[in-house]
Amino acid sequence: MRYLPHSEAERSEMLAAIGADTINALFSAVPAKALKTFDLGLPAHQPEFLVEAHMRALAAKNHTGSDGPFFIGAGAYRHHVPATVDHLIQRSEWLTAYTPYQPEISQGTLQMLFEFQTQVAKITGMDVANASLYDGSTGTAEAVLMARRLTKRNKVVLSGGLHPHYRDVVRAYLKDDADLECLAASPEGQGDILDHIDEQTAAIVIQTPDFYGHLRNLKTAADAAHAKGALLIVVITEVVSLGLLEAPGALGADIVVAEGQSIGNALNFGGPYLGLMATRREFIRQMPGRLCGETVDADGNRGFVLTLSTREQHIRREKATSNICTNSGLCALAFSIHMALLGEAGFTRLARLNHANACKLANALSAVTGIEVLNRSFFNEMTIRTAQPAAALVERLAARGILGGVPVSRVEPSEPGVENLIVLAATELTTDSDIAALCGALAEELA
Amino acid sequence: MSMNTQGRPTGIGSTGTAASGSALLPNEPLLFEIGDTEHSGVDLPDVTIGTDRLGGFARQTPLDLAGLTEPEAMRHYVRLSRLNHSIDSGMYPLGSCTMKHNPRLNEKMARLAGFSDIHPLQPVSTVQGALELMEQLSHWLMTLTNTAAVALSPKAGAHGELLGMMAIKAAQEAKGEAHRRIVLVPESAHGTNPATAAFLGYTVKPVPAREDGTVDVQAVQDALSPEVAAIMLTNPNTCGLFEPQVIEIAKAVHEAGAFFYCDGANFNAIMGVVRPGDLGIDAMHINLHKTFSTPHGGGGPGAGPVVLSEALAPFAPVPFVRQGETGLELVEHQQDAALGRVTAFHGQMGMYVRALTYMLSHGGDGLAQAAQDAVLNANYIKARLQHAFSVPFNDYPTMHEALFDDSFLEGTGVTTLDFAKALIDEGFHPMTMYFPLVVHGAMLIEPTESESKQTLDRFCDVMEELAADAKAGNTERFTAAPLKAPRRRLDETRAARQPVLKWERAPELPKAAE
Repeated sequence: MRYLPHSEAERSEMLAAIGADTINALFSAVPAKALKTFDLGLPAHQPEFLVEAHMRALAAKNHTGSDGPFFIGAGAYRHHVPATVDHLIQRSEWLTAYTPYQPEISQGTLQMLFEFQTQVAKITGMDVANASLYDGSTGTAEAVLMARRLTKRNKVVLSGGLHPHYRDVVRAYLKDDADLECLAASPEGQGDILDHIDEQTAAIVIQTPDFYGHLRNLKTAADAAHAKGALLIVVITEVVSLGLLEAPGALGADIVVAEGQSIGNALNFGGPYLGLMATRREFIRQMPGRLCGETVDADGNRGFVLTLSTREQHIRREKATSNICTNSGLCALAFSIHMALLGEAGFTRLARLNHANACKLANALSAVTGIEVLNRSFFNEMTIRTAQPAAALVERLAARGILGGVPVSRVEPSEPGVENLIVLAATELTTDSDIAALCGALAEELA
Repeated sequence: MSMNTQGRPTGIGSTGTAASGSALLPNEPLLFEIGDTEHSGVDLPDVTIGTDRLGGFARQTPLDLAGLTEPEAMRHYVRLSRLNHSIDSGMYPLGSCTMKHNPRLNEKMARLAGFSDIHPLQPVSTVQGALELMEQLSHWLMTLTNTAAVALSPKAGAHGELLGMMAIKAAQEAKGEAHRRIVLVPESAHGTNPATAAFLGYTVKPVPAREDGTVDVQAVQDALSPEVAAIMLTNPNTCGLFEPQVIEIAKAVHEAGAFFYCDGANFNAIMGVVRPGDLGIDAMHINLHKTFSTPHGGGGPGAGPVVLSEALAPFAPVPFVRQGETGLELVEHQQDAALGRVTAFHGQMGMYVRALTYMLSHGGDGLAQAAQDAVLNANYIKARLQHAFSVPFNDYPTMHEALFDDSFLEGTGVTTLDFAKALIDEGFHPMTMYFPLVVHGAMLIEPTESESKQTLDRFCDVMEELAADAKAGNTERFTAAPLKAPRRRLDETRAARQPVLKWERAPELPKAAE
């Protein structure tokens, strides 16, 4: 077995040193009836080339993003990841390091996290960021709980433009909580969350661009929330948008949660992804997750450590701010490297390119008979109303080799009136010929 | 000394180029000190577009984001990487954390476009291979644990724990027993266990450990009442011991109408050898990154699938895969009793690929051998070191980790922390210290199955030598340690008292008077 270093002779030698006759003697605390004396019926070990063949066969059954025109977004985006990013994150010292509990021999990870926190704070326009959470959806649930702790109020209002999966995760975290108000889906970009804020409200949660692609007015929302002593939680699923759109921090956001997958991380069929969280300085002691801080060592040299851990489960146990005991270290590294490669110039250009392609897509779709683009404003994603039921239409496009967006009914099956809606995204990878292929196919299907 | 220096490059630290005396072990400036807003390592066309589709929300405030060209970025991150210890550079005998070899085949497979370049919301007809992979992984996990169902989606062990306890809560409520508000947690539990129970609104009631480090069925029985919803028990426990009365504990818990949540963080000790379902567990999370070798990446990502008993299977969250008429289907919406969704999309697919690759490489026979070797290695360390170190619990063989306490350091002037830092100078990552909390000055060592006898012997030689040196009164070696690491001991108090969590541009200094 290629991963196990012992020879049988070494095993015998070690058992002798222990004073045990057999390996089973070391399992003597296991009740006899529970010790395996049966065949599990699982296949035996295989050489590397056979395992690889098995996995390749499974992979080959999937239609990948580069197999044809691709327009799916809805919370996960297909962007180009520079080769340098994937090369660097596979270096042993990053890939196979553990949580930096021994800071003296973990300065690489710690300095990277400090740089990552700085990058996230800068793009969101907030004072501080943590060292990442699992993903944007669980981060949103954590932000809601954090707002409740901060305000000592219970009511939370989720806007109808919040990603339906994110809403469902918050619901699961606050199961049966009467103080959670989820507004109806708003594919047209309507629905006024501001009417739902009162003196019991801990926070309102607004996504921008929202699930349907509409850009939302954060300044108005922040003012309305703050007037009643509530907090504004801003959710961003397409972090590239921050290259072109005003920073939530500059518009009054109190907590910003984002999905960081777009930068440095592949689609991966939904995970692993990267939750970003940033907030105001005065809220850091209620922020869940890890934090990396600057300090000095015994020689006076600058160094970094995990800090403020008195909020965490390994110190506070049942009084901890959350049960989270990890972060998305490797995904944060990929994000940070990609962001360093982009820099301000590249990040801005990337955002412009995404928006430019989305403008082309919107214009082309508008010209197709039987299609209406619902968005007046958007970044790289939009909702269309189609003359025929959307789910079947998307299936027919897939049969033609085109992945043409997400039918809204797939994520909002119980919402009335969404049967003919599709959410589509363009990124820097979207080409003119992709757009022509999509629009041509739609025109034929809808004719 | 000013920490934030503008411009580039900067000399950092009081000793010039290298704090640790080697020009090959660099003091690497921060990204923001070497990069600027003009440089970029990505060639993208600068398109001109109108902003009228942005609804008036175009960015006005500058990003102030540093960029590096590609060669500069390579150097920055390669140089930073060299300041890390990793399992590929040396042994990581970190108890309770399971740092084993990460096979590169797993990485190669996870990067196949068929797994990495597919979207979670593609039509299911276009991702049949991915769904098949999820089904195969589920089969392995349910077979290894002998359980009825598995929820793959939790993003990490602690997230799985949360989901498992949510399922228990939903099941109790469905039975009309929402009044059960207490969760029993042994004193030796991971901190996540009480945090998870409290997170869901439960009152945590501790269960004391016996003298031998295990949980007494009588103590559990005494703590059970009609208000108890569940027990959260780690098995093998955090002292490295298999709970010998686990079957009786499960029986007592079930008779009292409560559920048995098992913290499966230590499943690597028994995979293929003991099936937790045979012990009576109702829910258990499995840390794919620990047990099935997905890389830890300096802090994650993890993956924490949860296996569930018949009683809890109806409360599994979405999504899950099932066989349909025309192929595999993905159930993405809430069933009657289900608890909904704990994460967007389908969980950590990238980790599923790595874990299944590892499982197929080992096979059922190899996984059992790996668990046996992990146990063999831990007992070998215990056998070799018990003369020099003190063993708090010695009634049973240890499982995959060996627990010592620091009583051998009494009167030497050397603390457990000092001892751990001295180990760094010898080229090893320190063991886990001061955990589990039930043992004063605990030192928890987990070698895992991927360490050779040679490495174990060298580690034990160093441990013995350090113990002898401490007892001989050579305290300086310990209190000054580490001396051969990229940094000396770091001031954690300062970091917590005056938190500096991001780089700030140094204010422009006023010009000197002319």
